[in-house]
This record gives sequence, C-alpha cells and structure tokens, in this order.
Amino acid sequence: MSDNDQTSPAQPGGEAAGQEEGRPHRVIGTPPPALGRTLLGPGAARGAPRAAIEPADPVKARRAERTVAALFLLAMVAGIGFIAAYIGMPVHSVAKVFHSNLALGASMSVVFLALGAGAVIWVRVLMPNVEIAEDRKPLASSAADRRAFEETFAEGTERSGFLKRPLIRRTLIAATVPLVLAPIVLLRDMGPLPGTTLRHTVWRKGLRLLVFGSNRPIRPEEFDTPGGLITVVPDGYQDNQDELAKAAAIIIKFGPGQLLPPTVMDWTVQNIVCYSKICTHVGCPVALYEQTTHHILCPCHQSTFDAQRGATVLFGPAPRPLPQLPLAVDAEGYLVANGDFNQPVGPSFWERG
Amino acid sequence: MSAQDELPAPSKALAGTGVWLDDRFRGAKGLRTFLKKIYPDHWTFLLGEIALYSFVILLLTGTFLTLFFQPSMTDVVYHGTYTRLNGVRMSEAYASTLNISFDVRGGLLMRQIHHWAANLFMVAIFAHLMRVFFTGAYRKPRDVNWLIGIVMLTLGMLEGLFGYSLPDDLLSGTGLRILEGVLLGIPIVGTYLTFFLFGGQFPGHDIIPRLYIIHVLLIPALLLALISAHLFIMFWQKHTQHPGVRQTEKNVVGQPFYPYFMAKTGAWFFFIFGGLAVLSTVAQVNPIWLYGPYSPVAISAGSQPDFYMGFLEGALRVFPSWTWDVAGHTVAWNVVIPALVPLGVILTGAALWPFIERWATGDNSEHHINDRPRNAPTRTAVGVAAVTFYIILLLEGANDLIAFHLNIDLYLTTEIARWAVFLGPAVAYFVTKRICLGLQRKDRDLLEHGLETGIIRQLPSGAFVELHRPVSEETRAVLLARTTPPPPPALVAADENGVPAPQARGIAGRLRASAYRVLTESIPLPGGNGHGNGHGDGRGGRDGEHGDEHAAIGAAQPPDGGGAVSGPDDDSQPGAAGS
Repeated sequence: MSDNDQTSPAQPGGEAAGQEEGRPHRVIGTPPPALGRTLLGPGAARGAPRAAIEPADPVKARRAERTVAALFLLAMVAGIGFIAAYIGMPVHSVAKVFHSNLALGASMSVVFLALGAGAVIWVRVLMPNVEIAEDRKPLASSAADRRAFEETFAEGTERSGFLKRPLIRRTLIAATVPLVLAPIVLLRDMGPLPGTTLRHTVWRKGLRLLVFGSNRPIRPEEFDTPGGLITVVPDGYQDNQDELAKAAAIIIKFGPGQLLPPTVMDWTVQNIVCYSKICTHVGCPVALYEQTTHHILCPCHQSTFDAQRGATVLFGPAPRPLPQLPLAVDAEGYLVANGDFNQPVGPSFWERG
Repeated sequence: MSAQDELPAPSKALAGTGVWLDDRFRGAKGLRTFLKKIYPDHWTFLLGEIALYSFVILLLTGTFLTLFFQPSMTDVVYHGTYTRLNGVRMSEAYASTLNISFDVRGGLLMRQIHHWAANLFMVAIFAHLMRVFFTGAYRKPRDVNWLIGIVMLTLGMLEGLFGYSLPDDLLSGTGLRILEGVLLGIPIVGTYLTFFLFGGQFPGHDIIPRLYIIHVLLIPALLLALISAHLFIMFWQKHTQHPGVRQTEKNVVGQPFYPYFMAKTGAWFFFIFGGLAVLSTVAQVNPIWLYGPYSPVAISAGSQPDFYMGFLEGALRVFPSWTWDVAGHTVAWNVVIPALVPLGVILTGAALWPFIERWATGDNSEHHINDRPRNAPTRTAVGVAAVTFYIILLLEGANDLIAFHLNIDLYLTTEIARWAVFLGPAVAYFVTKRICLGLQRKDRDLLEHGLETGIIRQLPSGAFVELHRPVSEETRAVLLARTTPPPPPALVAADENGVPAPQARGIAGRLRASAYRVLTESIPLPGGNGHGNGHGDGRGGRDGEHGDEHAAIGAAQPPDGGGAVSGPDDDSQPGAAGS
C-alpha cells in the first residue's frame, strides 16, 4: 500500500507545464499515453530502493491487524464448520453426497482462502517493507580448492591402485554386468510370451452370436431393420474381458443388393454382415454407425470404415479394413459364426505380417 | 537491515528449544543463512510454486484415497448407493471408487481435489517451463535444473495417466486400450512389452495393481527426490531475477525468507489449496459413475484424455494410416510416429536447447538476470513455434468436439490440422520474431526519444513539436539489460585480409556461424552499439530535431550499457534541445 505513495509517477503534463512557466508556448494537452504504464521488471513501479519503514499510519495498521485477526478467526470458524459438516451430514445417497460435498468443500475453501488472505494482508501491510540486495558468490570453486580436490582424488586413486591393477578393475566391471542385467531378467515373469494369442479369437464354427447387453442369441429374421447395427459377443464369453477385447463384433443389416465387394458374400446371412468391433488402429471399439452412408466411425481417432464394401478404410489412421466374420445359421435358426476371423483383429503388431 | 536490529529478543521457549537443538546439530549459522535467504519478488516466480504446492496437495489427498481404494481387477457385482449401477459387473477398483465417492464422507471432495490438483500440477509445470524458457532462466548455471524439470514433466504426465486409469472406468480403460494399441505397434518388442505390462492379453487382471504401485510409490518417490534436488539447486545457486536498477549479475534483490517469503509463500499455498477446494466444491471432475465400468466392447463418443495427454491423442488422430508389411512383419508407422515423435520433439528439443544455444552463441558465462523475451527473438520464436505445435495437436485431440460445437466437417478439422501442424509453427516462428524485433525497435525509440507526453508546443518559428520525456531510471535499466555475447574469435568470419578463420571453414564451422547469426539476431541498442549499424530503418529523412536528441541521449549513454546511471536531465528533452 505504502509502495504506491512513493512511486506514483509525477504528473508529466503538470511537471512539464510548470517548468516552462513564463515562456511563450501553447500547450495542447492530451492524457499522457505512455506514462501510466510500467515496464517489466521487479520494482519497475517502485523507483528507488526503499529503506525499512514502519507502517506509516497507526490507524491503518490497527485496522489491518483487526482484519487479519478476523480472517484467521473466520478460518477457525470454517474449520469447525468442516468438522461439524463431517459429523452431521451423512452420505450413502447421491443427494446427500451432493450436500455433504458442498458443505465440506465450502468450509474447506473458506479455511484456506481466509488463511491466505490474512497472511497476505499481514505481510503486505503490517510487516515493514524491505528490499535487500544480497551478493552472489561465484559458483565455481577457487582454483586452489579445485587443485586441492584433484590432489586428494588423485591420491585416493593412487592408494586404491584402481589404475595400477587392471585385473581388479576389469573383474569389478565384469561383475557389474550381470548385476545390471539381473533385475531386467527378473521382470520376465510379469507375463506370458505372446505366442500366437493375438492371431486368434474364440470365434469358431457353430458358436452363437449373443446380443451384447441382453446376452441372447439372435435369429436373422429378428434383425430385419436395414441400417441397424447390433454389437455381438461370442456365446459363453460374454463376461470374459480378455476374450471380448479381441472377439467383440458388430452385425449390420442391409437391404437386398446393398452389400458390395469386397464384402465376402458367402460370409453373410440374409444381408447381415459381421465385422470385428476392434479398430485396426489402436483397438477402440468402433461404435458409431451412420445409416444413410453406411459408415462405421471409431469415436477415438475417427477412422471411418465403409460397411457396405467390406469395411474398407475411408478416412483416418486405421490401416486395414475391419476383419469380416463368416456367418451361418444353426439348426435352431440362430446366427452363428462359421469359423474364426481369417486374419488377426485389432491394431498392427510386429509379428502380424 | 535496521529492521533486524529492532527485532525483540526471541522468547524463552524458542531460545530453549533452539539451544536444545543447536547443542545437538550446530545449526545456528546455517539456519540463519536460511532465514536471511533473499527471494526476488515477481508473479512469474510463483508458477513453479503452484506446481510444488499442487504436488503437496496431491500427496495429502492421495494418501487419503489409498485408505479406501482397492487396486484390484477382481469381478464384483455392484449393489450400493449409486443404484443405477446396481447389478452391474465391474472390477473392485471401480466399485471402491464408487464407494469413495458415495459412501466415504469427504471422499468425493478428496477425489475431486486430487484430480483437479493433478491438472493444476501439469498446468503449473507447463507455465513454469515456459517462464523459464522465454526468460532464458535455464542458461548456465541452471541448465542442470532445467533438465531435472523436463524429467519431472515427463514423470508428471505418466503419473497423471496412470492415476486416472486406476478407477477402471470406461473412459480411462479406453485410454489403456489405446496405450496397449500403441505398445503393440512398437517394432520387434511391442507384443512382448504389452504382454509383460498387462500380464498377458489385454486387459488381464494385473494392470490396475501394477499401475497402482507405480502411481502411489515409484513415481511419487522419484518426483519427491527430483523436487528436492530442484529446490536445493535453486537455493544453492540463488534465484534469478528480472532486470532493474539495482539488479546485477552479482547480486539478488528481494525479500528475506523470514518472515517475508515464508508468509507470502505460505499464503500462496493456502490460496492454491483454497482454489482447488472451490473448484472441487462447484466443478465436477471425472464423474466415473457416469462413464460406467470398463468393457472392451463399449465406448462413448467424445472420449478425451486429460489435457496433458491431449496432444498425443491429437497426434494419433492427425497422422495418416501408414504401415509397412515387410518380410512377414508389420511396422505400424501410423501409431509409432505419432506416439513418439511429437513427444520426442518437444521433450528432447527442450532438453537440448540450452546446449544448442550455448554451442551456437559460444556464451559460456553465468546468467542470473533474466532476459526479456523480446531480447532473444530467435529463442522466443522457437518457443512460440513449439507451443503452437503443441496447441495444434492438443486441439486436434478434441477435433470431434470442435467439429460438433462449431458445426465443421469432422474430416476437415483433421485435414486442416495435417497442414497446420507444419505451417502453424513456421508462421508462429516468423511472426514472433518480427514482433520481438518490433518491440526491440520500440524500446530503442524509448531510449532515444523518451516517452511521448502528448504535449504539443509551438516553437517561436511557428513549428509544432511534441514534448518527449526521458524514461525513468528503472525503465531505462530494464530496457538496457541485454546480453549479446560477442562472436567467439573462432567465428569471426574473416580477418582484416578477408581470410576466414580456420574454425569457420567447413560444414561445421559454417553451420555454427549461421547458428550464431540466427540466435543472436537483435536490434542493436543505441549508444553502445552506435547508430551506425542497424539504424537504417527509414529514419534518415526526419528533421534535425531527432538528430540533436540522439546526440544528447547518446552522450549520456554509459559505454558499458550498464544499469544504474541517471537518465538525461530535462535539458536534453527534445523540446528544450530544439528551442
């Protein structure tokens, strides 16, 4: 507060006009454009360094003291309020959690903001303002110290014989190599080797397609809305996350003649086509389907596949079409797989080929 | 100083404790140094403190959360307070997060403070990093601390990613799925890394407990060690300061730790904690109960990671679908490049920059006074280009939301980003450089002509002139605070006979010479550098008044261009000079 008294820039217009008193001139005054600003730099607005000063105005100081005390008192009251809210406000329902969070959060906010405000007024108004310049010592050691260090180090090296006895040195270095490798080797059992697990899913000939969510098998006749999309999972694996992460699929119903190559027509049943739901980019489930254009969109990175044409890639970072699952109908008339995908599903990997 | 003399003697209790401790540790001298330590005062020096205090708050709230969180992927069927999910299969991790939110008093508040604090931690790190970069505070001797900071930024990103993945909700689980897809794409070792990390096929039952221990122990311990080192180095080397009248390379001007800095920084901690409490009271963050438990089959539209991972998400979206199938192997450039290159460019570039700059300028001296960003136009331009690159990828990471809310074609946003990611930084570089050079010209004008007062005077001859007023001493010191290293002798292009120095020949020599020219490009200051060079910007045609004024101010200019000199007195005002 007292900063500003010392530093408010003198009115330039007045100053200039005053000095020129009595000389022939005409002054057309406009507000000084550039003087009100200060430029970057600590104390840019402060001017000369200030000596330590006591709060100039004892009345102001007393008022500030009371303000600080009031804020600290407020923090205490709010802190008690926090404890009261914790004890008095139960949770165990969404509405009660909402109210509890409001009460606990509000009281906690008041505690900290009041403490912060009190501390700031204390330091800015009540503590005498000082600005001190402290000298920096050079960071580098003196040449003598460096030399002394080098001598001590050389002496130690000499006494240890580390350089003179290469046999010890080399065997010690050799001994550390397995020490570094061992912890890495120790991590080997964190998981099995990938083997061919990424190449296969649990889909096999005759395995029923279950509707994701309801877990019921589906007959082709029940899925007679062209433009519809249903997520399906393999029967018996509806709760197996590891298998679903590869085997999740979608079936889409088309009108007659709408399906075009490279869709494998033999793998469709009554114009129902089944694709892997796992994006060939980084494995998000492709879930957004635009009925009018037959585009399947991955919501993660917007790879777009043409469901009408074998799920070929139309846009985005996915490199390959979604693999197509061969479909058939079993004896009871339910949709089943007629085999596994003919290629690995999901993202690219080194061994994919 | 007199303030300390007037301090009352410490209370008996304090003296007693002090004596008890000092008898055992001989700390009086060292602790006095600590109490007297000077800290410069400027708002930009508070950004790092935000990161520090966010970290403290993260430790406090995180410890609370660990008391209730179950890092387990065991399947459970939920029956609890959040009735909408009753009967739904989920992992114990997700169920216990619901429990923290709905059945532990203060649990939701602590969860939200923890999540907001994590975001603030990263925001503060980025802001602090930019402050340090744009003011050149990373220069010798602080280059080591700069590197520590970059490691902490990287750890902070990982810590955040692992932390928000722990609840095993649909949103963060999708993030882990993407992580799996990226790891799979790494040539040769990708599948092995994935199977070791996830303990087999994705998602498996190991990833949450593994991320948990990394999140609550490994990375926090590393961060704590690095923060300690960061602060100790800052303490040991003393803080940098912005230029001013009293500030020199050999001092540090500010207020002592006790009581000033302690009170201020304590208040700052309270404000940060209070601000996070306000946010967590009124602004919901990561409502995992709305997302539902993770399932590899399900997804919701508009899936975005937390902001600090957003630029990686954007990189994955913007990159085209290039892959190679060579000799029975697949190289997923479409994943590997966007996952590694932008991050690598930013982090490696930032880590190498101090050393590139030092190599190019040959400036091996200590710097304790910060640069004003305009006074290092190339550095500032490079920084703004990097920030532009980052922001374009960050925006592309939310391109579906941009397309939706601004009603733009989705693919168009990606197509634009594909160009902008190259053109944006280039444009930003040139524009920033021009702005910096323009600001330097403005500064030079201020030094030469002073400030416009807006007062027009008519001279006896009838001509009108505007009165100028010299800038204040403080402003003058700030404007003059510039360090342009002299060209290293090896890089002086030619001797008086026109023969290039041997070190300047060859590709490396020429490269270094051009790097020197680019990195030290600046508008020369008046006075020290003279008006002869770099002043040919169309000023010659002006009337003689300016010439007089130049002469007047040029004469008052100290040859060393240093700080604490008095500015020209009133007689050198243009009006007076001309009349």
